[in-house]
Amino acid sequence: MQRTQNWDLRVFAALLAIGVVAPLLVYPVFLMKVLCFALFASAFNLLIGYVGLLSFGHAMFFGFAAYVTGHLAKVGTVSLPYWLPVLGWNWMVIGIAPLTPELAILGGVLVATLLGLIVGSIAIRRQGIYFAMVTLALAQMVYFLCVQAKFTGGEDGIQAIPRRAMLGLIDVSHDLAFYYVVLVIFAAGFLIIYRTIHSPFGQVLKAIRENETRAVSLGYAVSRFKLIAFVISAALAGLAGATKAMVFQLASLTDVTWQMSGEVVLMTLVGGMGTVFGPTVGAAIIIYMQNYLAGFGEWVLVIQGAIFVVAVLIFRRGVVGELIAFVRRRTSKTVAAPDTIELAKPAR
Amino acid sequence: MFELIGVPPQALFGQLLLGLINGAFYALLSLGLAVIFGLMNVINFTHGAQYMTGAFCAWMLLNYLGIPYWGALILAPIIVGATGILIERLFISRLYHLDHLYGLLLTFGLALIIEGLFRRQYGISGLPYANPIPGGTNLGFMFLPWYRGWVVIFSLSVCLATWFVIEKTQLGAYLRAATERPDLVQAFGINVPRMITLTYGFGVGLAALAGVLAAPIYSVNPVMGANLIIVVFAVVVIGGMGSILGSIITGFGLGVVEGLTKVFYPEASNTVIFIIMAVVLMLRPQGLFGTPK
Repeated sequence: MQRTQNWDLRVFAALLAIGVVAPLLVYPVFLMKVLCFALFASAFNLLIGYVGLLSFGHAMFFGFAAYVTGHLAKVGTVSLPYWLPVLGWNWMVIGIAPLTPELAILGGVLVATLLGLIVGSIAIRRQGIYFAMVTLALAQMVYFLCVQAKFTGGEDGIQAIPRRAMLGLIDVSHDLAFYYVVLVIFAAGFLIIYRTIHSPFGQVLKAIRENETRAVSLGYAVSRFKLIAFVISAALAGLAGATKAMVFQLASLTDVTWQMSGEVVLMTLVGGMGTVFGPTVGAAIIIYMQNYLAGFGEWVLVIQGAIFVVAVLIFRRGVVGELIAFVRRRTSKTVAAPDTIELAKPAR
Repeated sequence: MFELIGVPPQALFGQLLLGLINGAFYALLSLGLAVIFGLMNVINFTHGAQYMTGAFCAWMLLNYLGIPYWGALILAPIIVGATGILIERLFISRLYHLDHLYGLLLTFGLALIIEGLFRRQYGISGLPYANPIPGGTNLGFMFLPWYRGWVVIFSLSVCLATWFVIEKTQLGAYLRAATERPDLVQAFGINVPRMITLTYGFGVGLAALAGVLAAPIYSVNPVMGANLIIVVFAVVVIGGMGSILGSIITGFGLGVVEGLTKVFYPEASNTVIFIIMAVVLMLRPQGLFGTPK
């Protein structure tokens, strides 16, 4: 355990070092996109890989946080509903000046956390396949709310979100400067997930994944653990979406669609579910592929579908999972259990 | 003209009828999902794409081979059902030993492939399909187009026939037994894998049938299934997949509720089913007709 942790951290330090010099070679906007989706996929992986919950609606946190951040940075008003006798329901509009990026992102994360709390407490009432369907349906509901709500700008989205100076001091209008901000955000989010997984709390999550009934009989309040994990995951997905809104200075409906929820599943699956670095690798692969295939139009959908099918049929461990299995085979004579999730036991 | 709760009856009954029609599609689709899930423990994400394929199949039969609606009503479910059997044999059957979530992911990928291929070929603007029984009758309180009446009655009959076969016949008894204990049923000499394959084909055929029925009402469109399937998932969660009759009642009932919402509070018509789902999950997590595990 201790050894793998040291190893993980060394890989992480190496990746971070690569991240620091990468903009010298690669277009920073592309790198920022990869980092945002890597954080998004890592947040998703916290649920599927370590609690065994497949959320098919994570785009709602990603996309909604993007809207909130965009709105706070551009318009800077908060509307709260209130009720008065005779007058009925009304909106109280509190004007706060348009916010600096870090506060706007913080606002997006807070709203995503709250949304995660609401959605999570509904969704964890069902398990397995039903959980996936419930999260998908609730995400679709959030999508329709975003279509109808005024502040999201409908089909136009929120465009030209201003990127003010960080903390009012540091100029980040240049993409290269903002890249390092994004790198720090990614590293912080990644370490939060890493700490969560390797804490006693994370051990309980894994126990729930392996055998929920046994975890209950050992006295763990399983629902509460699941809910906390769900909220952490939602908050970090929101952090990723909020950051993406500041990177592209745009929040649009694309980020709340079910297709986006599917994409994050695909990234995690390709990289390796239940591995620490899998989602990051998967995000890099899929984003690179999308850039490369951008000219092929509808074929992108077909190719993504095909990757899904191939990954599920013959490549379930993902890139990182296969790598770990390969190293294990090389280093130990005994057949080690693969460090990948066979999500649960065989059917019946 | 008299008014009902501030709404002209034409609008009210018109939306009610549209609600019943949507309900018919919900019922046919959730029925197929429930039958497939019962036997295979797989949630068929491809269901929406197969509904769309059914509609396209009818369109192609008409435009490439000149086979009219009534022929397509029989042929399209058979053709699409056959592709379903192929999909089950080639792909899904390889995953039975794994967690059910992999089945969901696989069928999601297949849905993307099918939708992508149709989008590439036909675009997303939609293709018209002529109404096979134009005209209608004035019932006094509303105008009833013949075709819409036909869709409601026909799909209700198909649903009830399916219920009858599963609940009241020998074949249905085997099916229900295999849902409970496939190993035991196999030991009695019944070819369970073949039964699973055929059941999947049947469920897919139901989806395709709904697609053919939908073609003259909504235009034939590659994206028609993707949004519908998510609503159907919510319908399935509300009803619970334990009971066939439950699926039918929930499907039609939610269609009507959605139609009424369009009349009285149109802003919520897109979301009302999801809100009902959330409420049902809070009060009765196993679904209205589900049994707690």
